[in-house]
Amino acid sequence: MVDATVNEPSGPRPKRRLSPTNIMLYGTLIVVSVYYLLPLYVMIVTSLKGMPEIRLGNVFSPPVEVTFEPWVKAWAEACTGINCDGLSRGFWNSIQILVPSVFLSIAVASVSGYALSNWRFKGSEVFFTILIFGAFIPYQVMIYPIVIILREMGDFLSAVTGTRIRLMGSISGLVLVHTIFGMPILTLLFRNYFTSVPEELFKAARVDGAGFWGIYFQIMLPMALPIFVVAIILQVTGIWNDFLFGVIYTKPDTYPMTVQLNNIVNSVQGVKEYNVNMAATLLTGLVPLIIYFVSGKLFVRGIAAGAVKG
Amino acid sequence: MGHAAKSDIAIDYPATSTTPSVEIKHLDLSFGAVEVLKDLNLEIAEGEFLVLLGSSGCGKSTLLNCIAGLLDVSDGQIHIKGRNVTWDEPSDRGIGMVFQSYALYPQKTVEGNLSFGLKNARVPAAEIKERVARAAEILQIEPLLHRKPGALSGGQRQRVAIGRALVRDVDVFLFDEPLSNLDAKLRADLRVEIKRLHQKLKNTMIYVTHDQIEAMTLADRIAIMRAGKIQQLGSPDDIYNRPQTKYVAEFIGSPTMNFFEGRVENGTFHQDDGTQIAMRGYGWTNADAAGRAWLGVRPEHVAVGDQAASMPEQREVTVELFEPMGADTLVYTTLAGKPFHFRLDGQVRVSDGDTVTIGFDPARASLFDATTEARL
Repeated sequence: MVDATVNEPSGPRPKRRLSPTNIMLYGTLIVVSVYYLLPLYVMIVTSLKGMPEIRLGNVFSPPVEVTFEPWVKAWAEACTGINCDGLSRGFWNSIQILVPSVFLSIAVASVSGYALSNWRFKGSEVFFTILIFGAFIPYQVMIYPIVIILREMGDFLSAVTGTRIRLMGSISGLVLVHTIFGMPILTLLFRNYFTSVPEELFKAARVDGAGFWGIYFQIMLPMALPIFVVAIILQVTGIWNDFLFGVIYTKPDTYPMTVQLNNIVNSVQGVKEYNVNMAATLLTGLVPLIIYFVSGKLFVRGIAAGAVKG
Repeated sequence: MGHAAKSDIAIDYPATSTTPSVEIKHLDLSFGAVEVLKDLNLEIAEGEFLVLLGSSGCGKSTLLNCIAGLLDVSDGQIHIKGRNVTWDEPSDRGIGMVFQSYALYPQKTVEGNLSFGLKNARVPAAEIKERVARAAEILQIEPLLHRKPGALSGGQRQRVAIGRALVRDVDVFLFDEPLSNLDAKLRADLRVEIKRLHQKLKNTMIYVTHDQIEAMTLADRIAIMRAGKIQQLGSPDDIYNRPQTKYVAEFIGSPTMNFFEGRVENGTFHQDDGTQIAMRGYGWTNADAAGRAWLGVRPEHVAVGDQAASMPEQREVTVELFEPMGADTLVYTTLAGKPFHFRLDGQVRVSDGDTVTIGFDPARASLFDATTEARL
């Protein structure tokens, strides 16, 4: 490289790997990832150890003897109250809560978002503002009123249908609560997305004779896939991770997984089985994690698409 | 035409037609306090190609949206084919619309785009197929039928958008600046195609644009709009040669018309620098017009060299700046203390500082009242 000094700059600019910027950037990234990954590492290692090994107190050391016993116990045998069938009961409860809640909330919110952006009516802006305002009210203040509403609605429905319907303390009641609490943010999400769809497209569909539902199902819905993915991710993680509503509006038989996890981990009787607790926690967190890993790319694309216009 | 009644334009659609294809009666439209259209009246004959021309914000697209039924009017009526459609849904009005952004349904194939309107109207499947095939043939988009809009070029997309109106067998085609998103070359090609399509189909077409070339080349009649009112309605020839207001005169023609200030007395224009121009052969609207006025001369009506000598009026000017454009050269000078520009044959060589003798014919000029800006 004798000529390097005489050579005029030409071609791509040479890159310096160990520039101060890069050291700062990667240094920070490494520190932050260790900060977040270390607890996860401890959890995984602990869940694979037997109790005698845990008592030695080497939190960071990998298991000498790998055992899956704690995982099996957490899933199928751990006791909460009188039920000793592990987290599996809570898992199925959570699924039963999750699927209808996600479906209902997204169905209602996407239609209202579409109506609010394309079929403006007198007072639609006021309606939208009130709805968004709902997103800023701490939901703790609504807990007790909702208890009463669910009870009264259950009684009312029982009287009307002649069969005994309980909303308070049942999965259907919790589904209703999750659907309603998902409305503000989901409607905002869908409204902003549909507002970013060119208005001429909507006009063209009207000239072509499509009505409210025709335009929604045939034109808007196929275009809105990315935002649906965002909504599904938000709702699945939000509802799956919910603890407060689950513990208040259901009863022990129908507790969601998070509530059951708490009951297993916080049980005061007998020995603290750290390995079982770790396994149970990992099992509970698995669903949102899988959702993130599977749809991460779509999620980012959808968020970006929704943010074009607001 | 009186000075005060600019909006009450006498309508002279071809005598052959019986009922007008589209009739707009006393149309008002306001958004809150903003009046976009004011007492607008317009009759469009069967098979006519009408262009709504104006700068942005003049209400031309709004008017088209009202005709389409995409906007509710505040007052007045819209009749299509003799039927009052003021309260009808867009799909029930017998109109097809082509948008600037094409507005093709991105998730449907070209065929799906063309047949969507027919499916909504519950047309039998066999007939849908037939009509789509016919439209595709007319527009030469048969090889594209199974593609999605994303895989089409701008020109192809616009053709599909026209096809969507075509398959529905509508009485009236509405075009909302359909060529504005295309590049210059394609725009010229599609302009000719739209004209050819109109010759073939003989439908009534209403076409909104801000491009005067499109307006002049396509229109049977042009309606020049300004601030929600029609300034002048007439044939392209009429609009170009006999603009009724100074606004129209300035708007049509590129480069724009030259204007001189002065006053009119006994059929003579007295320019402010003292020179006089006898308006021989000028078609007066008002024979005993007098007072302050503007004289307008189109840059392309100015002659030079030998031809200048044969013109009734001659002047000497000095070339200040010139823009060669190939076919012709645009020369900027000063005349009677006012900026003056004219068009020169591209083959004539000029350079800065040259003195050129120019000539023009007052018969082809336009005179406008200085206050009302109406044609004299």
